[in-house]
Amino acid sequence: MPTKSLLIYVGGRLLQAVPILFVIILINFALIHAAPGDPVDILIGGADATPEYIEGLRREFGLDQPLWQQFVTYISKIVQFDLGYSLRYREPVLSLILGRMPATLLLMGTALFFSSLIGILLGVFAARRPYSAGDYTATFVSLAGYSMPVFWLGQIMLVIFALHLAWFPTQGMYSLRAPSQGFGRILDVAHHLVLPAITYSFYHLALIYRLTRIKMQEVLALDFITTARAKGVAEGRVVYRHALRNAILPVVTVIGLNFGFMLAGSVLTETVFAWPGMGRLLYEAVGARDYPVLMGLFTVLSVMVICANVITDVVYALVDPRVVYR
Amino acid sequence: MTTITHIPAEPSWWRIFSRNRGSVVGAVVLVVLFALAIVAPMLLRFEAGRIDVGPSMAPPSLVHLMGTDELGRDVFARAAAGLSVSLMVGFGAATISTFLGVVIGGLAGFFGRSIDALLMRLTEIFQVIPRFFLAVLLVAFFGASIFNILIAIAVLSWPEIARLVRGEFLSLRSRQFVDAARVAGAARTSLIFGEILPNALGPVVVNATLMVGQAMLLEAGLSYLGLGDPTKASLGQMLQEAQQIMRSAWWTTAFPGMFIFLAVLSLNLVGDGLTDVLNPRARGR
Amino acid sequence: MSKPLLTATNLVTKLFTDSGTVQAVDGVSLHIGHGEAVALVGESGCGKSMTALSLMRLVRPPGQIVSGSVNFDGADLLSLSEREMRAVRGGRLAMVFQDPMTFLNPLMRVGEQIVEAIMLHQRVGRSEARRTALEALERVGIPAAATVIEYFPHQLSGGMRQRVLIAMAISSKPTLLIADEPTTALDVTIQAQIMRLLAKLRGELSSSMLLITHDLGLVAEYCDRVYVMYAGRIVEEGDVYGIFANPRHPYTRALLSSTLSPDRRIEKLAPIDGQPPNLITPPPGCRFHPRCRERMARCSEEAPPNFDIAPGASARCWLYEEAARVGAP
Repeated sequence: MPTKSLLIYVGGRLLQAVPILFVIILINFALIHAAPGDPVDILIGGADATPEYIEGLRREFGLDQPLWQQFVTYISKIVQFDLGYSLRYREPVLSLILGRMPATLLLMGTALFFSSLIGILLGVFAARRPYSAGDYTATFVSLAGYSMPVFWLGQIMLVIFALHLAWFPTQGMYSLRAPSQGFGRILDVAHHLVLPAITYSFYHLALIYRLTRIKMQEVLALDFITTARAKGVAEGRVVYRHALRNAILPVVTVIGLNFGFMLAGSVLTETVFAWPGMGRLLYEAVGARDYPVLMGLFTVLSVMVICANVITDVVYALVDPRVVYR
Repeated sequence: MTTITHIPAEPSWWRIFSRNRGSVVGAVVLVVLFALAIVAPMLLRFEAGRIDVGPSMAPPSLVHLMGTDELGRDVFARAAAGLSVSLMVGFGAATISTFLGVVIGGLAGFFGRSIDALLMRLTEIFQVIPRFFLAVLLVAFFGASIFNILIAIAVLSWPEIARLVRGEFLSLRSRQFVDAARVAGAARTSLIFGEILPNALGPVVVNATLMVGQAMLLEAGLSYLGLGDPTKASLGQMLQEAQQIMRSAWWTTAFPGMFIFLAVLSLNLVGDGLTDVLNPRARGR
Repeated sequence: MSKPLLTATNLVTKLFTDSGTVQAVDGVSLHIGHGEAVALVGESGCGKSMTALSLMRLVRPPGQIVSGSVNFDGADLLSLSEREMRAVRGGRLAMVFQDPMTFLNPLMRVGEQIVEAIMLHQRVGRSEARRTALEALERVGIPAAATVIEYFPHQLSGGMRQRVLIAMAISSKPTLLIADEPTTALDVTIQAQIMRLLAKLRGELSSSMLLITHDLGLVAEYCDRVYVMYAGRIVEEGDVYGIFANPRHPYTRALLSSTLSPDRRIEKLAPIDGQPPNLITPPPGCRFHPRCRERMARCSEEAPPNFDIAPGASARCWLYEEAARVGAP
């Protein structure tokens, strides 16, 4: 493993991220000033503020200074991880968001992991038996899966499984009456996690399934598969050791590229199930017109997407030797 | 292994399209939904937003086909009105962003070099920035009106089309028939419109179709979060209202959502079918 | 004459496609003796690759081996279970393919691909297999084998990749090596090297070879016997001298009449009037008759059987009906 060229590659990708970050900061800044109304109102959000507070804000952001100077001030704040302050929550924006992050990561992580795994296995299975009844059903179900608004699916699941069948709790991440420590707590959280995770993974599973199936079919028709069979390799090994490794490359890329979309899905899912993550925070902030939180979320979520892209590229480079080995 | 000794006539596009049963079903459903959206306000007994046209929270019945909500509004009428809004936003946004994408991609592909590099950087940046959140931000800042929502969605969806068109331009630019036309003295515009664009059109149309569905989902998501136009009925907004009362009134969520689902599903099916017609190499036929 | 190593009798393979059933291999019979180098010659699409795949039972849907028998080293290959066949494939019966770039797994190191083959057919551990793989690479003339063994296919040149494919095939010392157009995808300068390597290995391992090619020059230089194939059928058989000096079937004659001189290497077959037939609806009677300069009325009505003209020489043509009756029993 030539670690040096891998590091150079990662470094290059990170550097490419810088201009994107710049644009994001620029967008935030532009919005503060381009939106109708006084920039101060934006910075206050929907809450009440005392005149002293407003004065303080004016000074802090240098609102009477020329625009370019304000921009420099703004950038320097961001670089020091100061994303503003939310009056409504009485907390700095960044710590507010970071506090909600674990819940979102738990939901996303679980859902993405299981849906990717199941999607790939189903895709491989379908590729080996094309045009079977199972194949057609699965294809149709997956098409339905990604035509559905995720929040509608969530509501339907809530109505059926939580409200009428009462198999699962209707909202939140944990029950007040459940144990707050140890294994009982884990079980409780897991119980709450099931419905949102299933709702949320539907889209992703459908996507991964469709892609894996197509790619596997393509790869299984390639020449080196014939060579493997001519060597006497058993069919199972041909499929998993030879074909899958090649077919999975574009799937890895798609998982990464789709991350931004999946974040959006998490917002909507969290809102349906009142899951206390960043998505729910977004919903609350929209309702309260808490602009600092909204802008902060936009920044943080964009950074997460960029990180996801870089990680995807790195994973791809690790799996495909053609990238790093010249 | 076989060698073709005679080439069969190319089937008409309808033949190809209709071979895929799913797409035909999708097209039919789409037509039905359109008809519903257009005709319903005229035919339906109940006005879309009017409250107290029936008992509050009434389940579906012959009078109220999809029941009523807590304010006594007929769900079917509202949903049909919301559907027309969704369709309008979907198609409108897709049209605008296709236009944007074609122009940007075309400029990049045709002129190449620095213009291409600049525009591609721009495209890349827009592709990475999470679309949904920027839309949330834009609508929250500039106000929630149908117009704003449409523009927000349109402005964020052009990267894919731009990439496609640029790719087509780049590959076709160096092909012989363009050179031949150029040698024959064809002006640049006629080259673009006569030669290159028609070839690029296939995948663009497919992409645009799928984009309508995505735009509809995006619009529904925005109104679900409370960023919809308050003056117009919207399917997403209906679902937001349903969140509180769906425990006792499942029809307030099932039917509006079903409309969105059917619309997007049929668009995806039609898009699949169009891929067969317009983009044969993608399917390997 | 000792019993041949491989005997294929009336092999029929069809492709069941949406457009119709392709008669890809239509009653092919051939035999290969121990230590012999046999050529299977014909133009693209005549079914020679399909024949090779049928011998190895590598035919996938929509193709299927419909009937016939293949006797290899005493066993009827077509009646073996899939598991037993896998033990034969890559072991005693190995195949080298045409395009080394597409026929090697791009994500696996070349050494690993050879080790995989070795461990399937020899009862050895991984380190032992690795040593054998290294030997195989050296044997096919790859310099710095210890370094190359860790390489990925894209890091090697075309000629080197083909050597790797060959190393993989000979790693378990096959008794019959099928080479399907092994040099077609390579540069002219490398072609000769590869063919010489194959000839050398054949000698060292005392194995037989079935060389599938459209290049008559290679046939002349490296093979003992020749089968000429057209439209899914064997139309002529003979030893290499006989075929070149005295070609019998009109198709063979047409192929050879394009040569300029016996010393000059033929790179491509000269085109013959007309097109190769559609194998879904082949011409009735003799499949070559629409393009044959010496055709008779009978040729379009009845398909000629294979006439034995002399020991080891036969032709599937009505012109030789008399000769067969008069000649060898």
